[in-house]
Formats: sequence, structure tokens, C-alpha cells
Amino acid sequence: MPETESGAGLLEQAPPAPDLALRPAIDPGRKPRRGRSRRRRGVPSGRPLTSPGNFAPALGLGMVVLYLSVIVLIPLAAVAWRSTGQGLDGFWHAINRPEASSTLKLTIGASLLVALVNLVMGTAIAWLLVRDRLPGRALIDMLIDLPFALPTIVAGLALLTVYGTNSPVGLNLAYTRAGVVVALLFVTLPFVVRTVQPVLLELDREMEEAAASLGARPATIFVRIILPNIAPAMAAGTALAFARAMSEFGSTVLISGNLPFKTQVASVHIFNQLESDNVTGAAAVSTVLLIVSLFVLVGLDLLQRWAARRG
Amino acid sequence: MVKNSLRVVVLAYLAMLLVIPVSIVVYHAFNAGIGPVIDALTTPAALHAFQITAVVTFYAVLANTVFGVVTALLLVRYRFPGKRILNALIDLPLAVSPVIVGLALVLVYGRTTGTGRALADVGINIIFSIPGMVIATVFVCIPLVVRAVAPVLEEIGDEQEQAAATLGAGGWQTFRRITLPAIRGALAYGVVLALARSLGEYGAIAVVSGRLVGRTQTVTLFVQERYQNFDQRAAYASAVVLVVTAIVALLISRALRPKELVR
Repeated sequence: MPETESGAGLLEQAPPAPDLALRPAIDPGRKPRRGRSRRRRGVPSGRPLTSPGNFAPALGLGMVVLYLSVIVLIPLAAVAWRSTGQGLDGFWHAINRPEASSTLKLTIGASLLVALVNLVMGTAIAWLLVRDRLPGRALIDMLIDLPFALPTIVAGLALLTVYGTNSPVGLNLAYTRAGVVVALLFVTLPFVVRTVQPVLLELDREMEEAAASLGARPATIFVRIILPNIAPAMAAGTALAFARAMSEFGSTVLISGNLPFKTQVASVHIFNQLESDNVTGAAAVSTVLLIVSLFVLVGLDLLQRWAARRG
Repeated sequence: MVKNSLRVVVLAYLAMLLVIPVSIVVYHAFNAGIGPVIDALTTPAALHAFQITAVVTFYAVLANTVFGVVTALLLVRYRFPGKRILNALIDLPLAVSPVIVGLALVLVYGRTTGTGRALADVGINIIFSIPGMVIATVFVCIPLVVRAVAPVLEEIGDEQEQAAATLGAGGWQTFRRITLPAIRGALAYGVVLALARSLGEYGAIAVVSGRLVGRTQTVTLFVQERYQNFDQRAAYASAVVLVVTAIVALLISRALRPKELVR
């Protein structure tokens, strides 16, 4: 396997920050392009797994595969298996129940909206952190990671306290779709910021200066020079935020009030179906979410490869 | 003009979404002084929840630390068929909803399944007890240690390890004397990330624990249960503990973050 193909990181740039949830992988199988490159392209990386008298690496691989299978792969396969337990018809029937299809529509719609807001606000925050000499930037930079570190149930509690029935700011979003969107915005805040920020940092200012000296206006410079450079990172961060919003549970539990057809997002729906012993229904909606996540992950991988090829 | 309006919009957004909500949790917890907070945190139920969280976190982080180092070594130092698939699988748990993690484990290890019954017959209960909660926590934290350690392993190269081997050091000796000291910082960073994530896990734990009050209730489940039972004092007090823990974890991880990631 060629060295440059050996990894499937989500993004070219590692985020400069600790993140406790979804984070673009730092690809272990690939060196940064500008880094030390001791191996030629196409030469297999690493030692062979077994060498005479040393079985430890092979044993280690066996252990790792067993661990992943028992904890991740077999259980996830069981979800897909269970959802089609009564044939594909059973699966269609389960996800076409009014309650299931409305929860899926709500989740996808809310996640798209949240991804869009993140695209704009995340880029704006990254811009502020990199290009604006605002006092207290270091503190803001740290705050951005808080949603990754904070338990989701605490996030939900915090938002319900401010935007709930006894709202001190007079804004009651409890048990509304707007409340769900706010909760999703909270947990997805860091993604676009942390993918765009490093690219913006590395961006060569000379191009912008050249354009400015030729008479381009700031808006033109942004659209023609900066935007094309940060667009792949913006897209990647937005996709990550979308995936996270689709699967979010803890932060929406309290604020959504769990009203079917109104505020019940997919994860909460799955939880309820499981509590009321409709395991097949829970598995069917889960399978749809898993498929959507898989598409996002594959899309991100393709995006990364495309961006890397483009240079 | 543009600059100032950008500042106003961004700062207002962050204040409304992050700063005000998190501050108000702290305010709510302490608005009657520190005494009631301490009382609420030292009830038997609260102490038990903290204990369960500590136990689950300890085993989950321990398992993922060993797994993370071994996996990072395999991915960086060796070549084998299926390496790219393994690398992609490591990130899979990040894209799975915590509730689906719980459901998946119930479907395999629950008492209504063959595996679950067979394990129960030999006295091992996974679902609705601590082992299941550990497995669920392990699931959601799988990538953290691997992704913290792997880039540093890549960066340090294997010249020193090969030199040690040439001088007659065994595999374990090389690892303990050469590799481990070199990745110490990155490993600690990964462990802190895994710790914070484990302490805060809610969805997967909510499903596999069965939310048995006084038996399998972790701190995050305690926050939710107390809030919905109108015991706001206890809910906010334990939420503040989690907020403080998260901020401490954030500060430690910033200090430990491997330098080449900072750039």
C-alpha cells in the first residue's frame, strides 16, 4: 500500500486545539506535505508485522481487531441486522411510521440549518481569532473548546436555565424547535472554527497585498483570494458539524421536552422507542442515522483527498 | 466599520450561546451560598453517583490507554493488509450517536440475546451494570488516545528504537526505555481528553445503565434525574462540579498539547 494512500484522515489540517468529541483525525499514515519526507512516494511505510522471533506486533494487531470487533463492529452490525430482521419491508415500514419519518425530517432539517449557521458564524469567529487584534483573543480561543469539554447534559441544563420557562432574558424556547436548534448550535460551535482557523493562519498574506496594491477592494480580495483558499476547510467543518448535530442526544433531552412530531429529534426518538420496547423501530431509525454518518465520513475523505491533490 | 460589526456579532453570539448559559449554571448553584451546595453534594445519592462515575471512568480510560498506544504503534510503525481500513474504523465512534452506541450494546449483550444469556449464566451481567457502562464509555472514547499519540510517534521516527534493538534491547525494553518517554506528553494529553469525555458521557450510559437510581447512576444521570424531580439544588450543584472539571481538563490539555500540533 503506498504511503500517501495509507490513511483516511478527515482533514489535511490538524486543529490547533484540544477537542473532546468529534475531531478531524491527525492522520498517522501520512506525513504533512511540507514536513520531513524521508520516504519516497509509493514505498510501503513501516516494518512488516512479523519478524523472526518477534510475535508481539502480530499479537497486538490481533488484540486490537478483537477489541474493535467486540466493542464497536459487532454491536453496530447488530443494529443494522435488527433493523432488517423482518426483511426490507419491515425496515421501510418502521421508518415510514409517521412518528419516525417526522423525527427524521426534523433532525435532518435542524442539522442542515445548524450546519449553515456554523458555516457563517464559525468562519467569522475564526476570522476574528486570526486576523483581528481584539484584546482577550486568547480567552475567546479557549472558550471555543468548552462545548467539546462540557458534558452535553450540562449544556442542556445551562441552555434551559437561560432560555427556559423562567428565562432571565425573557426568551422562552423550552419545548420548541428553536430551543433544539440552539442546543445543537452549542454543541457544534467548535467544528468550523477549528478547521478554518489553522488554514487562515497559514494563508500567505502576500497574495492579498498584491491584490490590494493592484486596486482590489477588501470585498473582492475576500471573495477572490481568501474564500477559495479556506473553502475546503469551511466545507469540512460544516460537514462535521452536520454529522454531530444529526447524532446529538444529551443537550436536546431537557430543552426539547420530547414532544413527538414537534421537537423530538432522532436520538431522543430512538431512546423512547427502546424504552417502550420497540427495538425494531429504534434499530431502523438508528440505521438511517448510521448511513447518513457514513456518507458524511466518506464525503469528507473524498473532499480531503481532492483538497490535498489540488495542493 | 465592517470590523466592528463583525466583533459585535461574534461576541454577542458567543455570549448568548456560551458565556451566559454556563455562568448562569454557576450562579444558580451558588445563589444561596456555598453551604447548600456542599450539603447537596454530600448526600448518599450524590456520593454514590460520583463513585460510579469514578469507577466507570477509571476502567474505561485504562482500557483505552492500552488500546490507544498499541493501535498507534501498529498504525505508525508497521505495515499490514487492512491498515487503511483499521485507520478509518478508529474514527467511526465519533460519528455514531451515543444512543445508538447504547442500543448496539443492548442488542448484543442484553439479557434477551444469546450472548447476554450465556454471559449471565456464568455470572457476568453486562447491560444494566458496570461492565456495560465501561464498554459504552470505551466505545465513545476509542479515537482519543490513538489520535493524540500517533502524530508524535510519526514525528520522533524510529531511529532510536532501531538503535536500541541493535544494541540488544528486547521489544518491551525498547518500548519502556525509548518509546514511552518520548510519547509521554502526547499520551498524557490523550488520557486527559479521554478522561473528560468519559466523565461527561450521558447518552450511551443512559441506555446501557438502565438508569437504576442508587445502583448504576453516574453524575450526568444524577444531574438529569435530580432536575426532572425538581431538586434543582442538587442538579445545579453537581452540574457545577462537571463544569469545573471540564474547564480544568481544558486547561491541562492545553498545557500538555504536543507542540507540533500548535504550530
